[in-house]
This record gives sequence, C-alpha cells and structure tokens, in this order.
Amino acid sequence: MDIKVRVWRQPGPSAAGKMVTYDVKGISPDASFLEMIDVLNETLILDGDDPIAFDHDCREGICGMCSMVVNGVAHGPEKATTVCQLHMRKFSDGDVIDVEPWRAAAFPVIKDLVVDRSAFDQIIQAGGYITAPTGTAPDAHATPVPKKDADAAFEAATCIGCGACVAACPNGSSMLFTAAKIAHLGLMPQGQPERDSRVIDMLQAQDDAGFGGCTNAGECTTVCPKGIPLSLIGRLNSDYRKAISKN
Amino acid sequence: MAVSGALLVLFLFAHAAGNLKIFVGETDFDHYAEWLRELGTPLLPHAWFLWIQRVGLLVAIGLHIWAAAALTIRARKARPVKYAHRPKVQGSYAARTMRWGGVIIVLFVIWHILDLTLGTVNPAGGDSVPSARVVEGFAPDRWYVTLFYVLAVVAVGFHLRHGIWSAARTMGQQTIKGERRAKAIALTLSVILVAMYLSVPIAVMTGLVG
Repeated sequence: MDIKVRVWRQPGPSAAGKMVTYDVKGISPDASFLEMIDVLNETLILDGDDPIAFDHDCREGICGMCSMVVNGVAHGPEKATTVCQLHMRKFSDGDVIDVEPWRAAAFPVIKDLVVDRSAFDQIIQAGGYITAPTGTAPDAHATPVPKKDADAAFEAATCIGCGACVAACPNGSSMLFTAAKIAHLGLMPQGQPERDSRVIDMLQAQDDAGFGGCTNAGECTTVCPKGIPLSLIGRLNSDYRKAISKN
Repeated sequence: MAVSGALLVLFLFAHAAGNLKIFVGETDFDHYAEWLRELGTPLLPHAWFLWIQRVGLLVAIGLHIWAAAALTIRARKARPVKYAHRPKVQGSYAARTMRWGGVIIVLFVIWHILDLTLGTVNPAGGDSVPSARVVEGFAPDRWYVTLFYVLAVVAVGFHLRHGIWSAARTMGQQTIKGERRAKAIALTLSVILVAMYLSVPIAVMTGLVG
C-alpha cells in the first residue's frame, strides 16, 4: 500500500520543529507501524537525509518505550494497543497519517518523536517503592494476599509507564500513571507502611514536574495500551484525602 | 472544585423547588419570596438569612472559579506546544465543555440577577412583586430572553452531568460499579434539575401561569 506520512521533525531539544510530509510506497499491510517507519528511514538514509528518531525497544507491547501520537491519538487508532503492535492494515491505501511526539511540558522533545520521560522516574522515586528487607527473597506465600486484591494490584501493575495518558489528557496530567502506581503498591500488604507518604509525595512530584491537574475527562484510559481503569484515580483521591486528614 | 460545586448544587435544588411554588399560585409564590426574608426571624433580623446565604454562595462561586482557573492555567502550562492533528476529545460533550460552559453560566447568573432579582432589565421593574417579574420577564414578546434562559439552564445541566460524577470521583469514588451508578445519578439529577427550571418559563410562555 502507498501512503503519505506527515511527521514531526525537530533536530534537537531547543531547535524549532515542523511537520514534514513523506511518501511511503509499497508497504505491506502486515507491517507494523514502526516497521513502516523503519522502511521510510532506510530510504531517508539512502538519500543522505537524517532518519526519523523514535523510541522503541521490545516491539511486542510490553516495554513502554514506543510513543507516537498517530492522527491525534496516542498509540494510534487501535484500542488497548501500543503503537509497535499497530499494523498498517488498520489504514487504507492513500491515507495521510500524522505522526507527532507526546506533547507535554514535562516530556520535552529530545529529537523528532523522542521525548524525555524522566519526569515519570521522578514520580516513582518520590514514592513508588516499598520497604523490604534485603537478602534472601521471602517465600512467595509468606505474606498471604487475598486473591481479589492480588488481581486488582496486578491489573494496576500492568502499567508500562509509556506516558500515553499524559499525551492524551486535555490537561497534560499524569494522574492515571500515578494512580496506577498508588493502587499497585497500596493494594498489597507490603505497600501499607508508606501508603500515606506515598500518595502525598508522588502527587507533589507530579506537580513539581509540571504535569497538569486531573479533571476526570477520561481521555487517559481510552488510549491506555494496558486499559488501566479510570476508577484508580478515585482510589488515589481517597488515599490522598485519608493521608492529609491524618497529618 | 468538588466541595464548592456540591454547595452550589444544593442551592440549585432549593432554588428550583422554590420556583415551582408559582404553579400553586402567584400570591403563594410571592409569599414564599417573603418567607425567605423572614426565615430565621426572630433569631435573625429581617432578610439576614438571605444575606448569609448570598455571602455563602459568593464564597462557593469564588472558590469554584478560582479552582477552575488554577486548573486551566496549569493545563495550558502543561502543554505549551499543541498537537497539529487533534481529534475531538473522546470523553463526553459535558466533560469538554466544562470551562466555556462555566463562563456562559456566570454571564447568565449576572443577567439573571439583573432580570429577576433586581428587576433592572425586567419590564416589571425592581419595585414589582416577584411573580410579576417572572410573568412579564418570560412574556412571549421577550422570547429571546427566554431562549437565553433555556440555553443557560441546559448548559447548567451539562455542567452538572460531568460535575456531579467528577465530584464523586474527587471525593474518592473508586469502584467500576460505583462509577456507573455515579454517572447515572449525575445524569438523573441534571435532567430533573433542568426540567424543574424549564417548567416555569414554558408555563409562562404557554399561558399556563400568568
């Protein structure tokens, strides 16, 4: 299939960027979206142009590295799918596809489609941990966890930290990411000692990093490749209310 | 946002219930307006209850607007470079019109006070009885005023449809089942409130009242 892609090209962090149109011909409908860009990059390299820089790693939807806004939707049109798992058969011959980086002050563009997501690391560092004795790993059944809680914690733990929630949020808020971490740790017995300080510190880190405020618009959950439920934000709010009322 | 909004919703329901008094009779409606001024007497001097309520409402509105403005400013700062291609936000119409809807509601409230409270822009004037201001204010030849009123009330309905649910979420509503319930309650309350408010101008326009 033959398509056109309009891609955000930005040579460096402080350089001005613009959308540049490229023709991509003879792409297999079975190619993934990233493979389509690989093919485009090969032609760019052969022509002596700078290839399009983009983040990717596992290409099987579990690492959270790929990050592109395709036609205005983070990770593209397919629900609960990372852009590396999006295939060209979802598009039609002759389509013009817009590809942009995550847009957020807290995720500055490094080059083209690559953004710096270390703001998420700052949020994790602020409270995304538990206190556990080092040494031999405890037996897996040493601390009983109700099945319901384990399942809910696991659902939250599937968050791969890709940042699509921020990219999609009309407020540029990272609330769904933070809420997933709060739920993932707060549902487990091992996460209880820091439960109060975690929510206060992680929200502070989120605000300090320059993310926007949550207005429960629900965009985040619709683009989340892991389907993290919006209800976890309610859990974060509840934890926060309880934490500040104790301090 | 949630706490100040909840206070304003309580007021909206009390106000709407009072409006329905006009269906009992115009003199009953005027008596109700007078009763509002006598409420709390003799503990409170005449009209003090009303003024305490007005001050409370102003504080709630002020906090609500302050929180909304802070969120809007933060949202602007959080995305300095806009997307070149951005389809409509996938959330509800109500959710994405909260900000401009809020501005429209503020403008309406100012007009509404000038019209039906102070009577400045009302054909019956400020010295008239409340029911006269309602009947003359919504007279068929002032259809554009009624139209503005209807649009503003519908805007309030949309605002509350997202607002009531969002407030529940802010206060810690966190189950998927509860989310469906909260959304259903928000929609039901919004529809009831809009129906209560619209019944009065429609009744005046059709001659049911007046």
